[in-house]
Amino acid sequence: MIRRLLSVLHARNLEFLRDRGTLAWTLALPVTLVIGMGFVFGGPQRPLFKVGVLGPQLDAVAHPFLHERYVQFVAEPNAAQALHKVTHQDLDLLVDFNGSGGAARYWVNTDSPKGYIAEKLLLAAVPGARRESVRGAAVRYVDWLFPGILGMNMMFSCLFGVGYVVVRYRKSGFLKRLHATPLSAFEFLGAQVLSRLLLILFVTTVLYASIGAVIGFHSAGNVLLLALLAALGALSMIALGLTVAARFSSEELVGGLLNLLTWPMIMLSGVWFSLEGSPRWVQWVSHVFPLTHVLDAARAVMLDGAGLRQITPDLVYLAVTALAFLAFGAWSFRWRID
Amino acid sequence: MSTPLLEVRDLVKDYASARAVNGVSFRVPPGMCFGLLGPNGAGKTTTIEIMEGILPPTSGEVRYCGEPLGARFREEAGILFQKTALQDFLTVRQSIALFRGLYGRGLDVEEVIRTCALETLAGRDSRKLSGGQQQRLLLAIALVNDPAVLFLDEPTTGLDPQARRKFWELVESIKQRRKTIILTTHNMEEAELLCDEIVIMDHGRIIAQGPPRQLLAAHFAEVLLELPRQDFPESARALPLQLLETSERVEITTHDVEETLRTLLAHRVPLTHLRIRPPNLEDLFLELTGTELRP
Repeated sequence: MIRRLLSVLHARNLEFLRDRGTLAWTLALPVTLVIGMGFVFGGPQRPLFKVGVLGPQLDAVAHPFLHERYVQFVAEPNAAQALHKVTHQDLDLLVDFNGSGGAARYWVNTDSPKGYIAEKLLLAAVPGARRESVRGAAVRYVDWLFPGILGMNMMFSCLFGVGYVVVRYRKSGFLKRLHATPLSAFEFLGAQVLSRLLLILFVTTVLYASIGAVIGFHSAGNVLLLALLAALGALSMIALGLTVAARFSSEELVGGLLNLLTWPMIMLSGVWFSLEGSPRWVQWVSHVFPLTHVLDAARAVMLDGAGLRQITPDLVYLAVTALAFLAFGAWSFRWRID
Repeated sequence: MSTPLLEVRDLVKDYASARAVNGVSFRVPPGMCFGLLGPNGAGKTTTIEIMEGILPPTSGEVRYCGEPLGARFREEAGILFQKTALQDFLTVRQSIALFRGLYGRGLDVEEVIRTCALETLAGRDSRKLSGGQQQRLLLAIALVNDPAVLFLDEPTTGLDPQARRKFWELVESIKQRRKTIILTTHNMEEAELLCDEIVIMDHGRIIAQGPPRQLLAAHFAEVLLELPRQDFPESARALPLQLLETSERVEITTHDVEETLRTLLAHRVPLTHLRIRPPNLEDLFLELTGTELRP
């Protein structure tokens, strides 16, 4: 069984590596993403720190601290909104030079490394300033988006990479020829899953390392836990692709079905924006998709440093759906066009 | 008859619109090249695909070495389908190696390459082979498990005469190794050359079965005179001759060649392009079905 599985796995890997168009696209996509990320979020001219100053406009506040280099000062007329920004790391620090009794006071997110440095700068310039602490997760949008980009790339590769290949094999009669050998459906599907899983883990690792280096991202949690999450997530989505391709022989039909799955996942799994505040039913539907669990768990690990215990429900969901989809795919699998 | 390697019993296959195979039974002893002949739609490809375990029958069964088709059959059967695509981007050698990896036992990949005269093509992308080369590769894949029974479904259809001859030589060499071969074909020359026994099918049924020479001897005591259709005048059609007309020629079946020739000369039928030949399998098919073989 292992020998047969390895034979098909080896041949599939060779086929993929020699399909220059697909290979080029698979490699070009991460490069494009890296360049795009670098262009949008990189650049040497950006200030290192962003400090809010309570008041209608900066001109109204004459203080030597406002002349610090590498710090962008932003007027914040609304105290409540400004505090919210500190909480969400949109501001590294908020200063009020006109506190009670004329003493300066400031708010800093104690979880924010940049807030810590900005605080040191402020205290050097204004030694008597009084700290008012707030707490909140240190989240840049790019940090928040990063898992979404990785997950979306993984989803496309899982669904289309496997779905189209199996349909092409069936349509060309290659599956029929394999059926005339001792190879079982489970062995064939297992080889396809393994081949795609190895490829996805490799590409995702390259993406994680290269984009992470460009945007200066460091995971707060364990990267091995992320690898486990990526493997289970990919497995679940590959298996989902196999269920779609299990019996059809029309590329157009399967393409339509795969689009039917991918677009809702892009919109509702939180790739580009959070679903916080959206209707309850939308959030419920979104949790049917494997990608939602991948992204929720990935953000928890990467941004909040969550451990195995916190993301276990997501891992279990992905493992269960992977097994369910694989079982259904193997059960409904057809070697030949009916 | 010795114990059959393959036995087909009362095979029936129904599709939504028609019955493709209608009560077919035969036995194939080991070491025989067994031919399934018939026009398109006769049911021979459906029959062979049921024998290969690819299609389930509606009723009836196929037994291999006395047992229903199972894991042993899949290990010991080699199959060349009418149409087979291989995995893209693999060389000839890699395509053969892929299939070698699917069997527990079999031949060395290089040996199969030599057997099928693919040495100079072993490193070539399998998509860049000619029709004849492609068929030799598919034959190599069918032989890679050193099969006890080899199924060849119309293996030379679409090949040029040279490639066809080369393929027949390969099949002859396989026959000499006492392999059992099941062959479907439209080509009567191929069947006469390779088959030890044939069945002729039409409309899902067997209409004749036996060794080719025995079948011909049983059905023909005569010889055939062939004339181009344009050389055969309209007035001669009223002569007391056993005629069969096709689109290009007129065939006269006769016991007495001299008397027939005298009759034709008396009616000024030009004999410049006359050809006298013994009956062949195609004649047998025409005799049995009244239908011209369709390519």
